[in-house]
Amino acid sequence: MRAYALRRVILAAPTLLGVTIILFALVRMLPGDAVQQILGEYPGYASDEDALRKELGLDKPIPQQYLSWVGHVVRLDLGESLQTKRPIVDELRMRAPVTFELGILAIFLGLCISIPIGVLSALKQDSLADYAARTLSVGMLAIPGFWLATLVITLPSIWWQWTPSPTYTRFTEDPVANLGHMFLPALILATALSGTLMRVTRTEMINVMRQDYIRTARAKGLSNYVVLIRHSLRNAFIPVITVIGLQVPVIIGGSVILENIFTIPGTGRYLLEAISKRDYPVIQGINLLLALVVIFTNIAVDLSYSIIDPRIRYSR
Amino acid sequence: MLEEQAGTFSYVPPASSRFRVLKRSSQFLVDKPLGGIGAIIIAVLLLMAIFAPLIAPFPYAENHISDRLQGPSLRYFFGTDASGRDIFSRVVYGARVSVVVGFGAVSISVFIASVLGIVSAYYGGLVDTLIQRLVDIWLSFPSLVILISIMAVIGMGLSNLTLAIGLLLSVGFSRVVRASALTVKGNLFIEAATTIGASDMRIMFRHILPNVVPTIIVIATVQLGAAILIESSLSFLGYGVPPPRPSWGGMLSGSGLVYFTKAPWMAVFPGAFITLAVFGFNMLGDGLRDALDPRLRGSR
Repeated sequence: MRAYALRRVILAAPTLLGVTIILFALVRMLPGDAVQQILGEYPGYASDEDALRKELGLDKPIPQQYLSWVGHVVRLDLGESLQTKRPIVDELRMRAPVTFELGILAIFLGLCISIPIGVLSALKQDSLADYAARTLSVGMLAIPGFWLATLVITLPSIWWQWTPSPTYTRFTEDPVANLGHMFLPALILATALSGTLMRVTRTEMINVMRQDYIRTARAKGLSNYVVLIRHSLRNAFIPVITVIGLQVPVIIGGSVILENIFTIPGTGRYLLEAISKRDYPVIQGINLLLALVVIFTNIAVDLSYSIIDPRIRYSR
Repeated sequence: MLEEQAGTFSYVPPASSRFRVLKRSSQFLVDKPLGGIGAIIIAVLLLMAIFAPLIAPFPYAENHISDRLQGPSLRYFFGTDASGRDIFSRVVYGARVSVVVGFGAVSISVFIASVLGIVSAYYGGLVDTLIQRLVDIWLSFPSLVILISIMAVIGMGLSNLTLAIGLLLSVGFSRVVRASALTVKGNLFIEAATTIGASDMRIMFRHILPNVVPTIIVIATVQLGAAILIESSLSFLGYGVPPPRPSWGGMLSGSGLVYFTKAPWMAVFPGAFITLAVFGFNMLGDGLRDALDPRLRGSR
């Protein structure tokens, strides 16, 4: 298990290298007048163009620039924000947990919605309820999160003069207020996710319920409940976890939009602030962090198979 | 004379290809009612986009200052916005952006994904490893995040947007094409083609490609919905289609938010159309998946 985990991490190294090259190139792809634009946006930053180039390390040869950037990244130094001159890592340390909380909450809510409906849909295959659930799942996938969020903010305020609180409270200060603020955006993020999860749960449950060992479990007189939970759901869960892993980038993308609408000070909001201010080091840093999250989620998903499915644990 | 005779007496296939397409399409509508509904939604959407100037009662940028923020009425079906523009007309014209970006991006995606996927599957070995590692790298970026970042660097605009969405969609797509092409590659007729000395290009694009087409059609349909969703998200954030041109996502963004509590129709209709369009493509994709490629059934 440990050897496998190690091998999996080593295999991620080339991907990680590629990610840094792309992000490095992205900022160098800026049109030629970008330095002037930065100077226009931040007049106090440097005395003239040459000084700014030097400040940003743009005066050295490209390979040297790359190596020095990676060198800093490895030492957890993502540089400074052009706008605030604060270290980007410090800012991310404040904001990443917020986005993480939102994402975890969304996955939790997504599972709460999709597993019961997916299982029901599979048990009552081709019934009216099944059709309703399947149509619902396609519908949930089609609704754009930003529209749902706009409606959730607009309509209740028209009907009941109720608006979600605009001020964000940190979880450490007041957990209840924090969860209250996070609930709606998490639920909206969970909508599209549960659309996907419902379909997977249904398909997998239908497959699993046809297996011989389910018949065996029933034949030896186990209760429906035990067959359903211990024998079926556990086996159907592996593909569900895979799909959750695959949906992590989608959740991150959605959180960019929802953090902005619900004024949540997470990484997504930071990204949009940075983009509107042309704060390129910040854009680079956030992309790197989020790509890392995706890469390590994939590893975690692979490792989790071996926890859920003993066959995988022993064969490796 | 002789030709005429030959024509009259010659063997006519039971259903000429044109009729077969018609018959199969109508059969599809009967067999897959949900897919049929999707097809109809998309047909309406396409007609809206093509005939926008004929359908829209007003030019999309025409201000009716005295009629600001009016609710839906017979004159303004979907109401008016803060500068008195007819929302129905803007929604109709907005279909153009969705259709152009959607089909443009997916054409790019189909082309790149087919080439990458088939080449990767056919050559295998080092070529495959190299291409797949590149795909891995791109799949590590959350698409919306990297797209906004790319748009911030290359600048807004319809063609940049289409290109960026297309490139991004092609990455995941190429994986599916590769998997499908690998199955086809194992067939005897590929071995036969190799034996008679067909060139690599010929095998890849005359023998493998046609057999991968069903998969490509299914995924491309679903991606059309995805492309429209991504375009509208970017336009909503202000990094998509630049203003005077109306896009469904853009109509929901920024300055509008202040007015939505007074004029909810400003928010309701454009969003409903995004949902409808994506729903239509997803439904059609599901139907096509069952009809064309049973192997993909249940996968997503």
